[in-house]
Amino acid sequence: MTEITTPKGASPEVIKDDSMWKQKEMMAGHYDRITSAHENGLKVCNTFVPGNLNELIRCFGLVNNLPEVNAIQSGLRKKSGNFVLEAEKHGHSEDVCTYVKSDIGMMEKGNIAPNGKKFPDPDVLLLSYTGCFTFMKWFELLREQYDCETIMLHTPYEGDGKITKNMRDYMVKQLKDDVIPKLERISGVKFDIDLLRENLVKSAKAEEDLVWVLQSAKNKPSPIDAYFGGIYYIGPIFGAFRGTDDAIEYYKLLRAEVEARVKAGRGPVTPDGDMGKEKYRIVVEGPPNYTSFRDFWKMFYDEGAVVVASSYTKVGGVYDFGFRHDPTNPLESLADYCLGVYTNLNLPQRVDMLENYMNEYEADGLLINSIKSCNSFSAGQLLMLREIEKRTGKPGGFVESDLVDPRYFSPANIKNRLESYFQMIDQKRSGKTKGVAA
Amino acid sequence: MSALEKINERCLDLFEDLHFKAAREWKAAEPGRKVVGFMPVYVPREIIHAAGMLPLGITGGGDQMEVIHGDAYYQSYICRIPRSTIELGVSGRLDFVDGMLFPSICDVIRNLSGMWKLMFPNVYTRYFDVPQNYIDDIGGNYYTQELAELVEGLEELGGRKITEEQLRNSIALYNENRALVREVYDFRSKQPWKAPAADVYLLVRAGYVLPVEEHNKMIREWLTESEKVDRPLRDNCRVIVAGLFCEQPPLNLIKSLELAGCYVVDDDLLLVSRWLLEDVPLEGDPLHNLSQAFLHHSEETSAKYVPTLAEKGQHLVRAVAKRGAEGVIFASPSFCDPALLDRPMLQSALKKANIPFIAFKYAENSGQMQPIREQAGTFADSIKLWSEA
Repeated sequence: MTEITTPKGASPEVIKDDSMWKQKEMMAGHYDRITSAHENGLKVCNTFVPGNLNELIRCFGLVNNLPEVNAIQSGLRKKSGNFVLEAEKHGHSEDVCTYVKSDIGMMEKGNIAPNGKKFPDPDVLLLSYTGCFTFMKWFELLREQYDCETIMLHTPYEGDGKITKNMRDYMVKQLKDDVIPKLERISGVKFDIDLLRENLVKSAKAEEDLVWVLQSAKNKPSPIDAYFGGIYYIGPIFGAFRGTDDAIEYYKLLRAEVEARVKAGRGPVTPDGDMGKEKYRIVVEGPPNYTSFRDFWKMFYDEGAVVVASSYTKVGGVYDFGFRHDPTNPLESLADYCLGVYTNLNLPQRVDMLENYMNEYEADGLLINSIKSCNSFSAGQLLMLREIEKRTGKPGGFVESDLVDPRYFSPANIKNRLESYFQMIDQKRSGKTKGVAA
Repeated sequence: MSALEKINERCLDLFEDLHFKAAREWKAAEPGRKVVGFMPVYVPREIIHAAGMLPLGITGGGDQMEVIHGDAYYQSYICRIPRSTIELGVSGRLDFVDGMLFPSICDVIRNLSGMWKLMFPNVYTRYFDVPQNYIDDIGGNYYTQELAELVEGLEELGGRKITEEQLRNSIALYNENRALVREVYDFRSKQPWKAPAADVYLLVRAGYVLPVEEHNKMIREWLTESEKVDRPLRDNCRVIVAGLFCEQPPLNLIKSLELAGCYVVDDDLLLVSRWLLEDVPLEGDPLHNLSQAFLHHSEETSAKYVPTLAEKGQHLVRAVAKRGAEGVIFASPSFCDPALLDRPMLQSALKKANIPFIAFKYAENSGQMQPIREQAGTFADSIKLWSEA
């Protein structure tokens, strides 16, 4: 049988801050909670990151399990390649989302969680169909596998670049008349709107600190990498911890660390320690590759490139333009959160956001990492690149890889393309050329 | 040339004309007329018609158009229909189109709606969302309001109000059109040797560019003339072809299936022409009626959520029984998320019902038909030789 292998990470010894240790503990605890849920009499709800209703799920005492996060974990632990092959062996097309195939392949191979224990079968699939068509099919596939209850929350797309009253009313009505009654029945717990309000208050607190951290990249040098580092920073709030004390504590800790870095004029922390001199400030559009995550990151920091803003870190919620979960209008607020996640925005909104980042963060250019199996992100990115170049006069770069399929991460090609791109920025700065996409 | 041959030739001309001469002529015939394009899989054409506009189906560029500019907008791993649609746009072939509707079918077409807004800012462009919740006072209310917003948008574009009476008249015409298309499908299923799949496809496809009144007349005539035709009945197997609901297969692919020994007795091509399975009532609120029809009497396709596991794939199993089909051919466009993600689940439903199937991929510009013909031919032979029936 074909074995897909990927190179080992860049360095065996990784330097971690306190917030990183805290997150590690949180994630480990979370996986233990999931894998022991049924032993402890808890029910498990599988749901997706964009448009997730963590505050609501917690009202029913359900444990939240996120298939994309599991696929990412498989990618980071270099297991996803074989899971993808396993799914393809069972008839899943080579053309479709590799998160889905990693998840399905993992099930075929025993459904083992990162803590080495078996994932429990979910008691309910809560499909928050937000910003990605594949989610709908993914949950139908999971339903076929688990034959359990499925709840659909359909989030309309912001086709005209705005949230209309009809969209919000539709979402609230689904929550009130369909989602909540079903969650009550499945969990056996009566819905308590005051508990939801309490959870939302906690969400907003953590969101405030997250935004502060992400916006700290406006400093020069930037104290954070808002893409590679940013992916760690969004972990708790996009995953299972929004609306918890743990999340508040994590972001408080993180903010204090970043504040100290700003004060000391230090750049981002990388797996190899502090980054050297900041030479390039980049905005990145698109998800990363997870099978060679550290190698990919190293290609940036070795060149002195820091990502100052990214769209991927808004995929589980856009908070940096003012939205906060609002306990005074709990269901409307959940609706607005779902409607406003990055992949639910139309293309002109996405371009406007990137243009804003280019200007606000004083970036040298926009780089797109286009993902082979993610049409929600990828379709239209070449036009987005042109638009940003036209509007800002800054050069755009374009590389291609995949989420968790190592076959589509070609290190030499990507490194070569990135080096050319950084050279192009140098030339642009010295006024030698007009901006052309690398 | 017989009357039937004349109709078929007219349909072929319309199919091959990527400058949309017929639609341009319709628009030029009276000042102030507007044309509104729509992409797969479904939009309520009645509303466009009621606004006095021509609904124009846009299904990409097929295999006759060279895509030069369109490829610059898409990576190699995106399907072909958006790039050829962009090509139609930037090459000026759609310069007479006043509005474009992009239905909720997949992320590629969804994002194309935003691209259209950026590239053609003077065109009325709307992403047409439909509910995935089928409860009357939840998804139904939402959809009725979405239809009302579409009405408002077209009223603004056309500069006049759309009355309920106009909507009812248009619904009646499209009820008739859907009934006629269903009749064509029933006719083909009963006597497939008299209704070659390619001819049926072109006949229905003509409805993408012609006014509905003219298309209705054309179908009626086609049915009358086809009944008279005497063609030999071949020892073909009866198949349903699934997965073709968005990017169109080359005409040669459809012909190749029959040449390989398969009578196509049903398919999911051009679904807008028979999306609503029953007549939409003419009494009462027209938008409410359209909404109810979508919720409770519309086609199943991969772009829709199926609320229960038991129902998943059953539309195909039922179609096999209804049409007396002996197998299913899954023909899916490369990189088509809806078709390819759905396929394993549909195949699982067929397996449980002991219905044989095969699968292959295509693009609208696929040129090599030999592998497809061989695969379909082997499938037909295996059904004839080894099927329990």
